[in-house]
Amino acid sequence: MEILQYLADALEGLLNLVIFRGMALNAALLMVSINTPLIIAFVLLAMGGLSRNYYRSLALAGFVVPVLISVWLWYVYTSTRYIGFAFVSDTATGLENFGISLKLGLNGISLPLYLLAGIVGMAAGFYGIYSEMERQRHYLILLLFIQGGLMGIFASIDIFFFYFFHEIALIPTFIAIAVWGGKGKRPAAMEMAVYLTLGALISLIGLLALYSGSGLKSFDILSMRAYFAEQPFSAIAQDNIFALLLFGFGILVSLWPFHSWAPRAYGAAPASVAMMHAGVLKKFGLYGLIQIAAPLLPIGANQWTGLLIWLALGNIILIGLATVGQRDLKQMIGYSSVMHMGYAFLGIACLSVIGVGGAVLMMFAHGLSVALLFLLSDCIYKRSGTCEMHELGGLCRKTPLLACLFVMAVLANAGLPGFANFWGEIGIFIGIWNFKTWLVVPAVAGILISALYGLRAARRIFFGDYSEAVQKKAGFEGMEDIRLSERLPALILVVVLLLVGFWPRVISDSLNDALQSLYPASAPTAEIADTTPENLRQLTLDLTK
Amino acid sequence: MNDQMAVYAEIARDNSWLSILPEIALGVLALLLLVMEMILPRERRALIPRIALWGQAGVLILGVAYTSIFSGMGEESSFNGLLLHSLRGDAMRFFFLICSMLVCHFGNQYAERRSLPKVELFHLVLIVTAGLMLLVQSNNFILLFVALETVTVGFYILVSYSRGSLYSLEAGLKYLILGAFSSAILLFGIVLLYGVAGNPQLPGSSGEPMNFVLLRSFIEANPDNLLVLAGAVLVLCGVAFKIGAVPFQIWIPDVYQGSPMPTTSFLAVASKAGGFAVLINLVLGPFAPLGDVLVPMLGAIAVLTILFGNLAALSQRNVKRLMGLSGIAHAGYLLIGVVASFEVPWAANAVIFYLFTYLLASFAVFGVMNNMGPMEDAELTLDDFKDLARQNPFNATVLVIGLGSLAGIPPLAGFIGKLLIFIAAFKAGLYGLLGVAVIGVVMSIYYYFGWIMEAYNGPRLVTETGVKKEEEQPDGLLLGAAATSTHRIVLGCLTAGTVLLGFYQGALSYLL
Repeated sequence: MEILQYLADALEGLLNLVIFRGMALNAALLMVSINTPLIIAFVLLAMGGLSRNYYRSLALAGFVVPVLISVWLWYVYTSTRYIGFAFVSDTATGLENFGISLKLGLNGISLPLYLLAGIVGMAAGFYGIYSEMERQRHYLILLLFIQGGLMGIFASIDIFFFYFFHEIALIPTFIAIAVWGGKGKRPAAMEMAVYLTLGALISLIGLLALYSGSGLKSFDILSMRAYFAEQPFSAIAQDNIFALLLFGFGILVSLWPFHSWAPRAYGAAPASVAMMHAGVLKKFGLYGLIQIAAPLLPIGANQWTGLLIWLALGNIILIGLATVGQRDLKQMIGYSSVMHMGYAFLGIACLSVIGVGGAVLMMFAHGLSVALLFLLSDCIYKRSGTCEMHELGGLCRKTPLLACLFVMAVLANAGLPGFANFWGEIGIFIGIWNFKTWLVVPAVAGILISALYGLRAARRIFFGDYSEAVQKKAGFEGMEDIRLSERLPALILVVVLLLVGFWPRVISDSLNDALQSLYPASAPTAEIADTTPENLRQLTLDLTK
Repeated sequence: MNDQMAVYAEIARDNSWLSILPEIALGVLALLLLVMEMILPRERRALIPRIALWGQAGVLILGVAYTSIFSGMGEESSFNGLLLHSLRGDAMRFFFLICSMLVCHFGNQYAERRSLPKVELFHLVLIVTAGLMLLVQSNNFILLFVALETVTVGFYILVSYSRGSLYSLEAGLKYLILGAFSSAILLFGIVLLYGVAGNPQLPGSSGEPMNFVLLRSFIEANPDNLLVLAGAVLVLCGVAFKIGAVPFQIWIPDVYQGSPMPTTSFLAVASKAGGFAVLINLVLGPFAPLGDVLVPMLGAIAVLTILFGNLAALSQRNVKRLMGLSGIAHAGYLLIGVVASFEVPWAANAVIFYLFTYLLASFAVFGVMNNMGPMEDAELTLDDFKDLARQNPFNATVLVIGLGSLAGIPPLAGFIGKLLIFIAAFKAGLYGLLGVAVIGVVMSIYYYFGWIMEAYNGPRLVTETGVKKEEEQPDGLLLGAAATSTHRIVLGCLTAGTVLLGFYQGALSYLL
């Protein structure tokens, strides 16, 4: 590692001389991780005549560079034990008069999600590159735009760019579903586009309210935190703005009852797009609530948790039961991902370090496991020609490795110890135990539900006799097990799930530090409005040091 | 006699002809084109479109040079108060020059394909542009009306330019009648203001009430005078016709559909922008003291305009009508900025920024439309766009970026335009208008995205037997058949501009 450090120093000197005048190496790398996919996307867009191999490898570079940088930055952040935002940079884009500029940086909350974006994006991109399809170049361009947006969301300190990158990632999602989707793609894409644009605009209005309400000519999280610590909004304003953010973000995260777009869109979406959206992009709203809404508007957050827990229970119980009733595999995974968002909302509703920390861990783990499930379900579809679970059966004999990975994925999804999901759920359970003890009962019931539908799906698809429907459609003779191009992304996801499952501190330490300055350690009390500004003052002191 | 000469000399003292050199040059160029058609031999006439375009490029460069010379001076009035030179006015002059160059380019293509006369088209476009450029600088109702009529009369001809098309003739007649009607309303408003502001028994009256500065001081002294209010409202109604705000929007779908494509784009962008520039000048100038009445009135118009435009566009299949109806919705968003400018003056600049993004995106879409479809472009529908992505990926990409920017999707320029208007509305406390704008944007996603899906989904013209029935459309130009390299460059520049302004707004930073 010393050699690496040495090399990094040398590179830093070189880059400082040539391009990034005055920007530290790691800050420059953070910028590069966002730029690379976008630039490669534009290159592919402009150059139509590239040969297939050439544009494939170019696109691969657009996914590999971000994941390498995200792992490196995670290593640097955790090994140096940063507190607060690190790798900060500030680039002017022409809106300085409005206090908007491209400010990048990572803190303990955004770091795991940034890492998640790199890993899931890499897996999805790799899978997309090695799939056969019509007009693949355009598809890869869209995936690269999504990837650039994903990296940007979690690296932005500036709230404007946080939103901006989200939209960069969101719009290609619609187009990709509308063009390369499966059955029912057009209505699904249209519903998703209209629904999510509504959510995005509501949250934009909420963010603008924060901005213009502060009277502060700045859009970045840090100066807003410092400002609101001194002069918090009135209780009524906090209520209203938090409601805008909660429901705006809630629509984006498929909070019950605003979830109906999600299963249909995921059912129709091509695998890579579903992986990126369900795995990472959907976490935008939760991240916004954790990093921006709840810390800046503590009174408003406290006010709305009463409603939020009921909606989250709607996600867990009602959608959980709906998931059990699904017959289409992709729809089932879509519903399952909606259901698990309920846990993240419950964690946030606790407004305590342990609850919110559990929610972030849950987001990280769920991103990996849902991406894995979408990938594997697409592998199943490619082999059998159907996603209807009652038509499937007996695949295990021909595809043992695929079956093994699938079972691991559904167990991870249900939160089995050993997988990262377990730590997220346990954190949330402890959080709600301290917050409202009775909530633990329905929450645990949800776990049983997810184990039920997951294992039942595995049994129906892989075990039992050869199904006649599959025999008719695709045949079992030529069916091959999971190929290398499918195995590699799946294995990456499984390994990270297990790694964090056995050693969660790789993420949770820095997360803990970051959350402790924003949230009280245990359940919220009436004094939350008094304590939080104190913590924020402490934070700004830390940052100025 | 000598006394009179001295008075005239005094009046003419600040006639700075240099400052309107771009307008004069455009007029000279327009006349030159007519002369050249007479004297050039037939085989040399191909030079004329080139001269028209390069001449305008020259004027543009001239304009840039002049702005850089005059930029330090701030606001300055000349011609005895007829004109007011300002940063905003200069920005709009560039705006119209860019518009006219693009319209000339499209018109060249359009006329060539349909063997229509070209020179008159260029001539009219140049004259209209010169009129628009004077319009945005006018600081006096006389000049405002004369410039506006120059523009409108030019448009009467341009709308019915395609003489062989029944649609075009119908549109020309409709535009003529309704346009004359709106001019009459405007004139009536001006006369009322003139009469009341020249009444020596009222405080603040002046001998020259057409002048915006003097009129403003009069209105400040009499904000509650009924005649002042009536005059102001009538003037605004006349302007509302130009921008296509409810309830003066009724002409838009028919006229847009019937006009030849270049005229449609010119109407959609330049005429609308001219209306907004005048509106801003009025609202920040003479009508500023009437905020108490005008803010609710314009706010209500904005709400109706947004809702009408979007609702009517939802089920529209004809693309020119669709552009017209969605343009009405855009006028509504822009009106929010105008309303906000009563409270936050920089909202006016946000409106102009929005207009620039609207220019880039609209011309990109119109450029694609101009490039395809049947000979009778009034009948171009969404179905004609089916499978565009496979047959002409370049045009499809331009279309997606243009429509995306119109829908206000980041990272495209249209989003920044909407964002600035939203921020302005927030600062001005217009929460209700913001809510309506959000609903409008969400509705617009439906039809813009639906259009994109048509372009990306096919298959086009495939019958049940799988045989393409292209031959059944006798005059059907294939998708993008006429795309020359110049056209690709023009569309590429518009698209690149849209993307660039989305990421980096510094290019227009002097507005912000």
